[in-house]
Amino acid sequence: MATLFDKIWNAHAVGQRADGRWLVYVDRHVIHDLHAPHAFSKLRKTGRAVRRPDLTVAVTDHMVSTSAGRTDTTIPGSAPFLAQTRAGAAEFGIHLLGTDSAMQGIVHVISPELAIALPGSTVACPDSHACTVGGIGALGLATGTTEVVHVLATQTIAWNKPRQMRITLNGTLAPDVTAKDLILFVIGHWGSDMARGHAVEFAGPVVRALPVEGRMTLCNMVTELGGRTGLIAPDHSVTDWLRGRACAPQGAHWDAAAADWSSLCSDDDAVFDRDLSVDCTALEPHITWGTDPAHVVGLSGLIPDPRHAPAGLQDDLHRALDYMKLQPGQPIAGTPIDRVFIGSCTNARLSDLQAAAGVVAGQHVAATVRASVVPGSTTVRREAEALGLHRVFIDAGFEWGEAGCSMCAGVNGEEGAPGQRIVSTTNRNFAGRQGPGVMTHLASPATAAAAAIAGRIVNRRGTQ
Amino acid sequence: MQRFLRLHAPAALLDRDNIDTDQILPAAFMRGISPDYAAGLFGLWRRDPAFVLNRPGWTNAAILVSGTNFGCGSTREHACWALEEFGIRVLIAGSFGEVFRDNCVRNGILPIIAAPEALETLRQLLRSSASPVQLDVDLPAQRVTAPDFTMDFTCPPADKIALLEGLDEIGMTLLNATALSQWEAQERDRRPWRQSLEMPE
Ligand code: SF4
Repeated sequence: MATLFDKIWNAHAVGQRADGRWLVYVDRHVIHDLHAPHAFSKLRKTGRAVRRPDLTVAVTDHMVSTSAGRTDTTIPGSAPFLAQTRAGAAEFGIHLLGTDSAMQGIVHVISPELAIALPGSTVACPDSHACTVGGIGALGLATGTTEVVHVLATQTIAWNKPRQMRITLNGTLAPDVTAKDLILFVIGHWGSDMARGHAVEFAGPVVRALPVEGRMTLCNMVTELGGRTGLIAPDHSVTDWLRGRACAPQGAHWDAAAADWSSLCSDDDAVFDRDLSVDCTALEPHITWGTDPAHVVGLSGLIPDPRHAPAGLQDDLHRALDYMKLQPGQPIAGTPIDRVFIGSCTNARLSDLQAAAGVVAGQHVAATVRASVVPGSTTVRREAEALGLHRVFIDAGFEWGEAGCSMCAGVNGEEGAPGQRIVSTTNRNFAGRQGPGVMTHLASPATAAAAAIAGRIVNRRGTQ
Repeated sequence: MQRFLRLHAPAALLDRDNIDTDQILPAAFMRGISPDYAAGLFGLWRRDPAFVLNRPGWTNAAILVSGTNFGCGSTREHACWALEEFGIRVLIAGSFGEVFRDNCVRNGILPIIAAPEALETLRQLLRSSASPVQLDVDLPAQRVTAPDFTMDFTCPPADKIALLEGLDEIGMTLLNATALSQWEAQERDRRPWRQSLEMPE
């Protein structure tokens, strides 16, 4: 009667520490250029070595420029981060995937894409969206910087076992409803705090029918539900998706691994601390209107009126409406926009780019809009170019970037200007997240692409 | 890490819920390799001269009092460094973002979860005072006091020990080093594909 999470936990619990926390073994540690310099200098200061450099990978993604023809100094402020990540990786014997590598990309995109993450494995990463790898049944562990140093030195994280939650998604999705719409709906339905202290498992027919890349989008935003990690039981589609990838086990190891993965599911009699379900058949595409990921509305919907909200929430809603410069009771569709960003670990895999290209093909970005596509990895970029997707985007007036985090968090300075309204395929719409005074609407790649063409948020169903 | 025992200091009120780490330390202040994090604390809000931490008497606040879900959002530990470098040693809120809370303890900041009524009383006390209110925070006694105000709090024993002693967490973990090496050796037999990672050149 074990849950999927129990099975992974039990297979990694090394022992209990003196303070009562469990030491959970980290199979793969993927670090990046924003945290690595700090972590390396803390290691040096304390005279510690990296316990398993062979299980550690460093990536440059947060700080790199994503403009075409980039170099390490395209963004001068980023240069020391990139230099110190490279120097530290060399010093500690860690494999580096820098901008000169064909395997470079956003941590959570490349981890599954290169089969660094595997079903049933634990993957630590100093970024809150480490849970993305849950889409292939790997346990993503988001860490802070001090914790990175702990993982580097001990190959474990010290954790109290979280409570467990299952969210069963019933029904079938309409063809224009994507994993992004689904997770926005779930967050809007239950709130951005509902999974606090829980490991979340997604289950049910809707999840089983999702393509592997969509499952990653779904798990990616467990963070915005307040949970630290999310999982989906791996099935044959995951095994097929992983076979032959760069770091996938080979030969007899592959057979043994695939056999091992087939037991990775919650037992029929497994008990969850919270067991929730919702029917998704009537869902339409969704978008956020406010400054909390739970401020969600269907594309045919109206911007909410705080007067109809519970008293305790009214202040928050007013603040969000003020920041977003929106009027309650108005349709969200029709809101004029200034920018579109298609990218990030939420929605910049090949299938995301294909969905967006399908919408823009043969059309042109509105004259008032600046739009860009930033592939999640250099591999995705190459695959998209092989399919000619870059031509579709460039001909339509999009900028076609190099792989990286870019405008998701804007830590490298790639951000919007004050007062701009952006439809973004990222995962956070906090005030100022994409630049001071920038208003962010989170949506799927297809919805973002349609907005770029129209120059406003569009209800695609209404226009078809 | 800095130890924490007791503190007597002015408290500042951030009178709202859901303050995320993008507000505590906006991304723009993470761009330097060793920037002045203290200058970035609530960087966008501090542009407003009326913001509490800009007001005379509150510029040396060492305690922040806020609503629920403080420190939600991004796991950036830089937010804790900004608090710590500014001189904030205690946070009192209804609840905290999970990773943020752990990060606070690791940086010698005491995160106190206050019960709803006590928090409301405290918020009211700070709201209605024209001058800074000094709070006494006593970790061994697990108590916050001010004239006419007392609030007991709980602190997980592991966090309490870590804060009181300024513990080195890695050292604590490596007390289990033998078990760790044994586990790795067994895992190499059980699931060799997880104990190796072959990167193609
Ligand atoms: S794309 Fe955004 S959420 Fe994803 S790893 Fe980069 S900064 Fe983090």
